[in-house]
Amino acid sequence: MNRTPIKSIRPCFHCGLPVPEGGHWYVRVDAMEQPMCCPGCKAVAQAIVDSGLTTYYSSRQHLPEGVAAPLPDALSLYDSPELAAQFTNDAGDAQAILSVEGIRCSACVWLIEKRLSQVPGLKSANLNVSTEKLQVIWDAALSKPSDIIRAVREVGYVAYPFDPIQHGDLLRKNARTMFKQLFVAGLSMMQVMMYALPVYWSDAGSIESDLEQLMRWASLLLTLPAEMYSAQPFFRGAWTDIKMSTPGMDVPVALGIAAGFIGSAWSTITGVGDVYFDSVTMFIFLLLASRYVELIARRRAAASLEKLQYALPESAHLMVGFPSSRNTTMVAASTLRAGDFILSKPGEAIPVDSLIIDGETTIDLSLLTGESHPQPRRIGESVASGAVNISQPVILRVEKVARDSTLAALIRLIESAGQGKPTLALWADRVATWFVGALLVFALVVLAFWSWHDATRAWPIAIAVLVVSCPCALSLATPSALAAVTDRLLRQGVLVIQPHVIETLYRTTHVVLDKTGTLTEGRPQLRQTTILGQASREQVLHIAAALESGSAHPLSRALVEAAEQLSARNVDVEAITHHVGQGLEGKIDGEIFRIGSHAFVSALSGVAVLADEPHDMTCIYLGTTSVWLARFDLSDALKLDAQAVITYFQSQDKQVILLSGDAPGIVHRMADTLGIDDAHGGMLPQQKLEFVQQLQNKGARVAMVGDGINDAAVLRAADVSFAMGSGAALAQSHADAVLLSAKLSSLIDAAEAAAACMQVIRQNLAWATLYNLVAIPAAALGLLAPWMAGLGMSVSSAVVVINALRLERLPRRSHSLEMAH
Amino acid sequence: MEALYLLIPLSVIVVFVALWVFFRAMDGGQFDDLEGPGMRILQDDDSAHPETDDSQGHTKK
Repeated sequence: MNRTPIKSIRPCFHCGLPVPEGGHWYVRVDAMEQPMCCPGCKAVAQAIVDSGLTTYYSSRQHLPEGVAAPLPDALSLYDSPELAAQFTNDAGDAQAILSVEGIRCSACVWLIEKRLSQVPGLKSANLNVSTEKLQVIWDAALSKPSDIIRAVREVGYVAYPFDPIQHGDLLRKNARTMFKQLFVAGLSMMQVMMYALPVYWSDAGSIESDLEQLMRWASLLLTLPAEMYSAQPFFRGAWTDIKMSTPGMDVPVALGIAAGFIGSAWSTITGVGDVYFDSVTMFIFLLLASRYVELIARRRAAASLEKLQYALPESAHLMVGFPSSRNTTMVAASTLRAGDFILSKPGEAIPVDSLIIDGETTIDLSLLTGESHPQPRRIGESVASGAVNISQPVILRVEKVARDSTLAALIRLIESAGQGKPTLALWADRVATWFVGALLVFALVVLAFWSWHDATRAWPIAIAVLVVSCPCALSLATPSALAAVTDRLLRQGVLVIQPHVIETLYRTTHVVLDKTGTLTEGRPQLRQTTILGQASREQVLHIAAALESGSAHPLSRALVEAAEQLSARNVDVEAITHHVGQGLEGKIDGEIFRIGSHAFVSALSGVAVLADEPHDMTCIYLGTTSVWLARFDLSDALKLDAQAVITYFQSQDKQVILLSGDAPGIVHRMADTLGIDDAHGGMLPQQKLEFVQQLQNKGARVAMVGDGINDAAVLRAADVSFAMGSGAALAQSHADAVLLSAKLSSLIDAAEAAAACMQVIRQNLAWATLYNLVAIPAAALGLLAPWMAGLGMSVSSAVVVINALRLERLPRRSHSLEMAH
Repeated sequence: MEALYLLIPLSVIVVFVALWVFFRAMDGGQFDDLEGPGMRILQDDDSAHPETDDSQGHTKK
């Protein structure tokens, strides 16, 4: 690659740079030895030739830019140090997310994962069918990235490192190709049917044989595009299945299509026997249609996920000179560091977790938590990355770099979520594989029997048997339902991480709840206000909030929040003074007000009026010169929806248990209020763990709900666990599922979704079994024409997918506030 | 009936022409967005000054 003038004027065949003198690198392209300038070009060119892409050289109009342009098939390029760096994760293992092209059904998943398990050093491989993404973790010392990609290609799928833009193109291209195939099959089906109908409807022999022969030839011609173009996915899939000796659903389908076409073509050429062009084209069309429906369903199931991935803004307005200057410069979000100041404009997503230091606004958290109402945020409050700033520009101080921010953590969680397979789906896959094997044998037996019994019908009947069976309904039943329900729960603010959550939650016998942060808000709230003077409740709250507005103490925040519920009013306070450990003093309209402890206020307002303070609450007094105004009782409030959740689970005959580290007295009082019989206070984490394990030893299936960090051990021990997730807690969560909205009522949504999902899975499996039990014998007995078989099979698959799609719909009533009251 | 001997081959040709047209349209991206053009037709961007004489845009021939 020496650019200095050299005598040799031969350019490198691949990159066009001059070949250095004494260069001895050649690649045979189209039977010609072509010179190469360096070993790099030689490797790339060889890869292109080896993968049969020689036309690249004859059709290219530009030389590649740079020497080693990453052409799709130059696999070895993925091993270069620059690219390999992007595959490494924190633990030192190599980790890659690959786009995989050509996934047809769950059998593909099994095949790819099985082939990958043979790659040396592989730690885990998870293929997500709905997103067509493959997550692989392997030991970087034992295998190279190209080994992984090559392994996937060996079993007939195309894989390359995930790139959102490329991935989007791929999805569009696939959908386009599929639609074209569907259209061709449809047109060809309709036209072939036109030629078939007269023969069906007329009496035998009433059509001139010349004319009939002409119509057969026309049908043959019109079936060709459907057979050669539209049916490609089936033939390709069947070929891969046969190569890997794992019969999938494509094998009987391809056999049926091919046999029907060849048999009919033979009859046409020789002029003896029947033709089934109409059945063949109709079958291809119907099957493609059901696959198209499935593709759309899968895309829809992945939609919320994609939305999240595009939610993170790439850039941010950095305020370099803040606070002295307010000029902004556009920088990449990934370059932001903690302590930087950025400007967030209305309508923009917030790029990193940060703190508001100037201005107030409302933010839309719907992507992160499913909360649809805009939330107010003011100075000193934090905003999570991925939230959208709605109303006002605000200045933010960066708290965390983009990689550690909420949305990034959420996306990482989601990417690893929903990729494993529950045992139920694995079982269905195995059954489907056996099913196909048995079916092929059965079709042979049927063919043999009918050849002996009634040779003219043997061929159509054998085809009908191949075509009518529907192993895909079996293997689609579970994954399609799970994908739909996972997507719906994500929209409702429940992130399902482990695949077994749905199934286990449905079978749960005991629901164990933590108290602080789970049943309660985890911070004090104003419970009641007692008026001691002449001022109204509204007035005293406004005064209290005005006095406390500058304080960050949790009790102060509670008062300010309570005042915000009321109509807005501006109260100007002057000369606020803090009396540490006692309270605050300030001047409003020239009058002195004090808020704080009883002793602190009575120093200003005179002798105490009443003293029957509730013992489980914190009391704050408000007074002015010689007048008592109000007493505010605050305590860690029960969540509004706590009661509804407990009543719901009790009505479902599940045992609800309260475990808490708090004093037993408080825990029992709370249990009484909520109607929980079984409550245990003063539990250390270790004791909680033992308690859950004892339950499990007695045969219980335990669902544990905790705040995610303090309860890590017990969450892991439970059969299925839910963490209240928000903000920073998200990344460290050890739970099987996260309630993103931190709303307890999401549990009801999850339980209802689980029940609905299990019901749909049962319906689907029952339908698939019943259909196959009825249809296959009927076809074997010769009761079904091949076209009926094709229709039956397509409808059967469509029923399964559409039934699963019902789960996507959100239930109409919501379990939010109105139920709790 | 003799006409059929002409019409049937003709219909085959018509189908292949239709397929060719469809492929051209598909590859040209005509089916990529089935809703956008329908909405776009409602927007009056044919008026010379959309902000100032919006009403004229409606009455324009």
